[in-house]
Amino acid sequence: MKEITYADAICEALDEEMAKDENVILLGEDVGIIGGNFKTSVGLRDKYGEWRVKDTPISENSFVGIGIGCAFTGLRPVVELMFADFLAISMDQVANQAAKLRYMSGGQVKVPLTIRMPIGGGRSSAAQHSQSLQAWVAHIPGLKVVLPSTAAEAKGLLKTAIADDNPVIFMEHKMEYNKKYLVPKEEYTIPFGQANIVHEGEDLTIAATSNLVIKSKEAAQELDKEGIKVEVIDLRTLVPLDKETIINSVKKTGRLLIVDEGYLNFGISGEIALSIMNDVFYYLDAPIMRLGTASVPLPFSPALEFSVIPDTKKIYGKVKEIVG
Amino acid sequence: MTKSEMLRMYEQMLRIREFENQVFELYKQGLMPGLAHLYIGEEAVAVGACAALNENDYIVSTHRGHGHLIARGAETKPMMAEILGKKTGYCKGKGGSMHIVAYDKGILGANGIVGAGIPIATGAGYKSKLKGTKQVTLSFFGDAACNQGTFHESLNMAAVWKLPVVYIIENNLYGISVNINRVTAVEDLSVRAKGYGMPGVTIDGNNVLQVYETVRKAVTRARKDEGPTLIECKTYRWKGHHVGDPATEYRSRDEENEWKAKCPIKTFESYLLKNSIAEEDELEEIKNSIINEIQKAVQFAKESPYPEPEEAFEDLFA
Repeated sequence: MKEITYADAICEALDEEMAKDENVILLGEDVGIIGGNFKTSVGLRDKYGEWRVKDTPISENSFVGIGIGCAFTGLRPVVELMFADFLAISMDQVANQAAKLRYMSGGQVKVPLTIRMPIGGGRSSAAQHSQSLQAWVAHIPGLKVVLPSTAAEAKGLLKTAIADDNPVIFMEHKMEYNKKYLVPKEEYTIPFGQANIVHEGEDLTIAATSNLVIKSKEAAQELDKEGIKVEVIDLRTLVPLDKETIINSVKKTGRLLIVDEGYLNFGISGEIALSIMNDVFYYLDAPIMRLGTASVPLPFSPALEFSVIPDTKKIYGKVKEIVG
Repeated sequence: MTKSEMLRMYEQMLRIREFENQVFELYKQGLMPGLAHLYIGEEAVAVGACAALNENDYIVSTHRGHGHLIARGAETKPMMAEILGKKTGYCKGKGGSMHIVAYDKGILGANGIVGAGIPIATGAGYKSKLKGTKQVTLSFFGDAACNQGTFHESLNMAAVWKLPVVYIIENNLYGISVNINRVTAVEDLSVRAKGYGMPGVTIDGNNVLQVYETVRKAVTRARKDEGPTLIECKTYRWKGHHVGDPATEYRSRDEENEWKAKCPIKTFESYLLKNSIAEEDELEEIKNSIINEIQKAVQFAKESPYPEPEEAFEDLFA
């Protein structure tokens, strides 16, 4: 193992895939000369040239569309949106084009396109640079949706995304970029649709996404001390969703808490809860509960922002509430 | 241009006209699910433009796409079958009139969202530039698409990166019911090219030879890595926005008749005869073979089976 940051892990995944396949290119705002707003493509323009690492104008809808045109004709573009919030600008190309072109063509074409973007609050970036919009994209048939937790997860999953022949929405948590993690030295990938149990337990299951997996694990370690054994599942991918791992865990624990930083209202946690209900209903000892971001625009002041997004303490508190 | 090339263009325009006439018939007979946007009156644009392409070039079409597809060599049988929602259609009944893709012909798709094909065409151009394949992409779109953000964004990127894309505006005067003059202050949309740093030109879109010559020059320029061109073809949509639109509320019969008098097929026919390039019976023979071909396409489409309901769940992911 080696210790690198989450941003470096992303950069390594891009570098390895670009070295392996000359059809892999990067497009996006500031991905070239400065190596990305969050430093996830540092050095790649020097290594692969400006046509494979292209600084685009601020034209999100059309540079996603250019990515689609490239994917359509044989390339494997990785397009970066500087913030997931900018999905709103590019949504026609994401939802009406990338997601649907293969299906509408009756399977004639492939769209091997990866669209990367940071999600999440915690940096006082306020309402237009902090959202976790996974529900928007998971809702649209034809898109795969990936939410890595740690640096090692991000690297292995991003390599799988780039090699996938379908459009993949790859959502990185912006609070993780500068954190250091242990990452395997040798090359590896992580398959889609296989959730990962990161902490075992018998009393309650937490199904979590993105960096809330790490916070759920922290809460579980705290609860261990009190004799409450929590099983934490890293969902890794929302589409495809590994329901089986959640169902098997809930059958064992009888309790489920779903933790995701998206807005709680009409978000992914409600969908996950109901999609497994038939399988777990008679095993439940308590109602399924969830934690998410309150339904307000993300406020600027730390005094306000941290009050509306989930964290370790809130996860701990919610588990205590359910276990009683 | 040789005689056979000119007759090929004549034949392609007739093929589009007859195909569209029969689509309209099928709609009126209640055999077509949904709607279709007919290309009647605009045939010279697609045919003249596609005649300027090489076999491995690309085109990106629009919701009014039947003409582009036929001009680029798509087969009329699977096109008609697709329009009727049949399993034998180009997209196995999943796309319909607005979404026909014929990837083997370099047709990267018609598109139901106005202006959405422009960045996709630009991306195909990016690939050709990056790989040095010398392939050129034609991006077709209407006057109304010029007011979408994708037009601005894509033309800007194509110009600054000198991408091998030719942008072709089919200015048929209307975005559904709204005359372009009511929503756009400039008379010629091609003047916008100047703002992006690319050449722009406005031509008679009903003159197939003029379209061919103009697009040929732009394609040659693109292939030589000299960058994109914007070409505005002034033309007219003879029918309403779609098959169910009688176009009675927003334009006059006089205006329609004025444009019908400038029929691109009749104009070209007169040119061929006047310059003794073809004889009348030669042209008659082409007409008859086209009528026969489209009849067979209709029959093929009608007799083809519908897809099975479970096929709705196929082709989502590769």
